[in-house]
Amino acid sequence: MQAGYRIALKSILYKECNRFLRIWVQTLVPPAITMTLYFVVFGSLIGRRVGEVHGFDYVEFMMPGLIMLSVINNAYSNVSSSFFSAKFQRNIEELLIAPVPTFVIVAGYVLGGVIRAVLVGVIVTVVALFFVDIQIHNLFVILSVLLLTATLFALAGLINAVYAKTFDDISIIPTFVLSPLTYLGGVFFSVSMLPGFWQQVSQLNPVIYMVNAFRYGFLGISDVNLTFAFSALVSLTLVLFVIAVRLIDRGTGIRS
Amino acid sequence: MYALDIKSLKKTYKGGVEALKGIDLKVKEGDFFALLGPNGAGKSTTIGILSALVNKTSGQVKVFDYDIDQQLEAAKSQIGLVPQEFNFNQFETVQQIVVNQAGYYGVERKEAIKRSETYLKQTDLWHKRNSPARELSGGMKRRLMIARAMMHQPKLLILDEPTAGVDIEIRRSMWQFLKAINESGVTIILTTHYLEEAESLCRNIAIIDKGRIIENTSMKKLLGKLSVETFILDLDKDYQALDLSQCESQLLDAHTLQIALNKGCHLNQVFAELTEQGVGVLSMRNKANRLEELFVRLVEEGREEQG
Repeated sequence: MQAGYRIALKSILYKECNRFLRIWVQTLVPPAITMTLYFVVFGSLIGRRVGEVHGFDYVEFMMPGLIMLSVINNAYSNVSSSFFSAKFQRNIEELLIAPVPTFVIVAGYVLGGVIRAVLVGVIVTVVALFFVDIQIHNLFVILSVLLLTATLFALAGLINAVYAKTFDDISIIPTFVLSPLTYLGGVFFSVSMLPGFWQQVSQLNPVIYMVNAFRYGFLGISDVNLTFAFSALVSLTLVLFVIAVRLIDRGTGIRS
Repeated sequence: MYALDIKSLKKTYKGGVEALKGIDLKVKEGDFFALLGPNGAGKSTTIGILSALVNKTSGQVKVFDYDIDQQLEAAKSQIGLVPQEFNFNQFETVQQIVVNQAGYYGVERKEAIKRSETYLKQTDLWHKRNSPARELSGGMKRRLMIARAMMHQPKLLILDEPTAGVDIEIRRSMWQFLKAINESGVTIILTTHYLEEAESLCRNIAIIDKGRIIENTSMKKLLGKLSVETFILDLDKDYQALDLSQCESQLLDAHTLQIALNKGCHLNQVFAELTEQGVGVLSMRNKANRLEELFVRLVEEGREEQG
């Protein structure tokens, strides 16, 4: 990468990290509180009555999914709100007038979202340590699924922000699409617990693959084929990256 | 080499509004150039195209010989833009805003921090470097945008109404700052509604109206076209009627006289005639800025020609 591009990328990253750290009460604290409640209510209280899933305590089974839930939400919302705010306040123009190629702009915003998502992932993992003994089956799988998922949803958040015209537009997708996909994405249950028809339907939910691949990294169990999960993650990420670059190149939602 | 060379530039917006109808414009390197025009004339669209914020419909734009269609990044590197509207993150600090902007142009952070001290001191914002931008006054925000535009040391500085809403004292200090920037070799293109600003700062001028350039000449030549200049004289006492043979005159009230002085007619002759009639003059001022009179006339003439 050219030196100028590298400096530009660092500047976008600095700006992005500074943004979510400046408002840490809104960005880093809520996931810790929410996840603590999930662990207390679903893990310790209800989980005891659920019993074991695939040979693991319910709280142990649920833990990777809860981390993934936080990672997905934070990667998505960081980029969608940051990019839309930049459009709304027009400071996106600072980047558009500068000699920064589109792929660097996309990479900067997405990496900002990934850093926040990973940071939140670490915070939730630390919270989880109070409720469960964490075991690691395959660290490479954990890290690669974590980074790929965060990148994928950061890109999705960016595309949402490109099209968004109002602040409502960046909350509609998370509320009506992202939440159902994540809550039905195998965080709280195993796909095998579903009736036959719904097992088939759940195969269409991309979050199932991410949660299960991530769970495999910790527990060594998965409801889906790992190779397929990785292939789907990589392919989707590449497709969304190309779409995001093209949209910004064309000036969709940002140039007249 | 021209700092800016525009050929047959056209822009039609999605709704069908034709903002630019094929303009040609050249700005010499080192010039201090005024681009004037009434609201909706096409000034901001032109600037938007130069700075890659607006997609052109057709035509060619070169910035220091870099064609924006083929060498966009090189062309962008030459330009510093001070837009009409505040377009920085209101929650970031003054120094963060300028340092990040330099980074987008490939200036290393260490160097950017050093430059931020120079430009924030020049714009009298250094003491506000750690304040969030939202806490600045309107004048400070305008100066922040100038400091930000200078951070990558552009060869062409474009200012879209930089002194709008700024008080007279700050406006004049900004003029001094812009003059110094121009004297250091930076080409400046300025749009403004304060015609006094254009007259006192700019050497060359283009007037744009309804998407067409209706005048493009030097400020000196343009002002030379002024055939009649109107003055207001405050008289020493009340008069019922006054008659001057050297120029058209009209008593606005008993002690205020308006005279329209034709080109070639000297003020001495008017004063001599007033003295003969025993009329004393306490003070005198232009009725309107000279450029303003010309601007209004040229725009009206241009519209009549277009039918």
